[in-house]
Amino acid sequence: MPLKLLVPVVLLAAVALAGCGDGDDRSTVSRDSKAAVAENYANIVFAAYGASVDSAATMRDAIDRFVARPSAARLDAAKRAWLSARDDYVVTEPFRFYGGPIDDPKTGPEGLINSWPMDEAYVDYVDGDASAGIVNDRRRYPEVTQDVIVEANEQGGETNIATGWHAIEFLLWGQDRSKSGPGNRPVSDYANAANAKRRAAYLRLTTARLLSDLRSVRDRWETGDGTYRAAFLADPGEALTKILRGVGALNTHELAGERMAVALDSKDQEDEHSCFSDNTNADVVNDIKGIRMVYRGEYAGTSGASLDSLVSEVDPGLAAALRRQIDGTLAKAEAFPATFERMIAAPSGSADSKALGAVIAALEAQGADLAKAAKALDVTVNFEL
Amino acid sequence: MRTKTAAAVALIVLIAACALGVVIVSGGDRAQSDGDRTLSGGAGTVQDTTANAFALALKNLSSSDRRAFQIGNSFFNRNWVRAPASATGRDGLGPTFNAQSCSSCHFKDGRGRPPSGPRDPERGLLLRLSVAGPDGSPQPVRLYGGQLQDRAINGVPAEGRIRIRHAKRRGSYGDGTPYTLLAPRYDIVDRAFGPLPARVQISPRVAPAVFGVGLLEAIPEQTIVARADPGDRNRDGISGRPNRVPDARSNATVLTEGDAASRRPNRVPDARSQATALGRFGWKANVPTVEQQNAGAFSGDIGITSPIFTDENCPARQRACNRARTGGQPEIDARKLDRVTFYTRTLAVPARRDIGNAPASAGEGRFTAIGCASCHLPKLKTASSGVAGLRDQVIRPYTDLLLHDMGPGLADGRPDGLATGSEWRTAPLWGVGLVRTVNRHTRFLHDGRARDLSEAILWHDGEARTAREHFRKLPARERRELIAFLQSL
Repeated sequence: MPLKLLVPVVLLAAVALAGCGDGDDRSTVSRDSKAAVAENYANIVFAAYGASVDSAATMRDAIDRFVARPSAARLDAAKRAWLSARDDYVVTEPFRFYGGPIDDPKTGPEGLINSWPMDEAYVDYVDGDASAGIVNDRRRYPEVTQDVIVEANEQGGETNIATGWHAIEFLLWGQDRSKSGPGNRPVSDYANAANAKRRAAYLRLTTARLLSDLRSVRDRWETGDGTYRAAFLADPGEALTKILRGVGALNTHELAGERMAVALDSKDQEDEHSCFSDNTNADVVNDIKGIRMVYRGEYAGTSGASLDSLVSEVDPGLAAALRRQIDGTLAKAEAFPATFERMIAAPSGSADSKALGAVIAALEAQGADLAKAAKALDVTVNFEL
Repeated sequence: MRTKTAAAVALIVLIAACALGVVIVSGGDRAQSDGDRTLSGGAGTVQDTTANAFALALKNLSSSDRRAFQIGNSFFNRNWVRAPASATGRDGLGPTFNAQSCSSCHFKDGRGRPPSGPRDPERGLLLRLSVAGPDGSPQPVRLYGGQLQDRAINGVPAEGRIRIRHAKRRGSYGDGTPYTLLAPRYDIVDRAFGPLPARVQISPRVAPAVFGVGLLEAIPEQTIVARADPGDRNRDGISGRPNRVPDARSNATVLTEGDAASRRPNRVPDARSQATALGRFGWKANVPTVEQQNAGAFSGDIGITSPIFTDENCPARQRACNRARTGGQPEIDARKLDRVTFYTRTLAVPARRDIGNAPASAGEGRFTAIGCASCHLPKLKTASSGVAGLRDQVIRPYTDLLLHDMGPGLADGRPDGLATGSEWRTAPLWGVGLVRTVNRHTRFLHDGRARDLSEAILWHDGEARTAREHFRKLPARERRELIAFLQSL
């Protein structure tokens, strides 16, 4: 009897509380619209990580072939495979910054996958120190194993940045000592140079680790009970916040700020993320393609409800402006007149320096409009870290 | 019957809470438009209660200043790497060091804590080392220098490792409720250069939160000095002395190590040999400016030389350390150091919460009534600054920036500038209620020995003894209210 009475009372109280909180009713777009956007987004995330896993597997095969029988041709093939796999990965960067599978504070492998700057002398020899690094330190690391690499990465409780895309890049290209081209590591590093076998083991193992980390991230976006995807879709309002946070933080904080404005301000020639391969221009372009992909809800064969369609419901002018801006920013980045390292080192006011500055300004402007879009959709989010 | 009544009461309470919520929201709005007490850091105060609460720029920072903030943020957050590296602007880590970036100790610009054991990766505690010189001032320890660096680049020995053991101190509140405090003891094990001298002084320091330092720097010196009462002439049991320490910028001498100030001890203010300045930062107010604090930490904690501290901190007899490659001269150049200084100066203070909330309001009254506010000054004013958001602001830092004798229990026995071995600077309390959210711990005091705010208060002694005793004797409800007030900051 008392229990029976308690139930309606609690229900009533719950209704009263919900009435005074921030309900969905205030929102400008329906829950169904948000759910459709979240669903299409999740499909795109799964497809994009799938492509990244596939091309990383191709890279792994090329690297295995190279270290098994080192030759200039096989080294070139491995580098080409890295460049192609890198394109597919960078496009996925708007899926960061909200503690999803890629950068969950406890389980996310982002720190192992894509940290920067690379701690070169921690891994292998560098100009001026021929015996540097784990590869050459037989005393402290008698064997190069998967555990050695991962533990070294975390040694001392911090990330030493000895794994991931840039470690592989460093091990394939070597340090970039030239102003005009990328690094030029000799094939002999993997044939008859000191510690060639250990270097090969390091390269193979860190590549295998990258591939398995990417797989684990992709798998959490799979359809099914208990996956991250299921939890993500269960709350469309929260999903929309995450989608905007990811794309906005990549756009404004990470790309315009951290990777471009900081580099342009420092004028250090190698303050660029893919400095060994001189591939940073492509990184910038692919990040913007990733932003476009999320905003338009289009990736390869997948398309559907998107941020663009939501914003169009509440402010068609803003949606059109964002579409135009993102396309324009992408076109500007695709037309960069020089390599990233040359643009950041160029004198202020020169055409090269201005070209970089123009893309930063374009990203900042579209970031401001993304913030407006969030506001129009009643989403509270900031794009800073 | 009883259940029925309970249910009815629950309903009334819930509805009341709902109504109260509305009242609080509108009250908050009104307070804000008055430029009132929620704005702990003046006009630049940010409204954020997430894990990012300490990491945001002043609300009113201009867009070009925001760019500078972000550039400084990059050099604060990202790891420094071993030299030589391709990223020439980011290399030069070590040779010996405590951490690879500012943010590894000041995670999200917040507070560090002591490690819980030898395998805990937490980097937030370091040890200053010294021996007493002929005049009692601290001098670097032969072979080890002025700070224990517990990590090093490959090929260079780390100096040693910290081992912490605790002794329990039991006590009870006035109402009989027992408590246990942990008194830490520090040893240095795995020593690379043999035993330390028997008379070694060890001073543990945790990384404090970073936000708000630009505002503290903009408080006029005379405001701080005017509060000093070295001879306790007003006989309130509280003295309060300003520290005076060398100003590295205006001294031609080159200082090294994180505690540069204490390596050039100067017991006479304004001595002719060295320009001294009012100490504002560090646990003993042993550093005069934000810039010197940052440059000192780059040098002592990360092993990064700067235009202010140009020498690698390798004691003369550490051969591998002295022979190691550097990342250039200096490793962080003036421009980047400026950016980092700008960044730390313009980190905003988070707004106060729960101002209309009954327990916090009652606790606020109690805080003043029992004497806490005599040193933890609720309100100060900044004066000139190059940054609008720092200039002429009414701020609520809850510190007087003065040194106070805190008694033998907290004493490190190591003088620092004018500070004695038992004096500490009043720690600012703004943001203290958000430490749990940002840093996922509630460890307080200079070495993080207090496991919550109550323990931090109970450790107070010396000049703070009377206030602490008042707290200890409060009924449980009033103690909870006082803590609720601190949590609202």
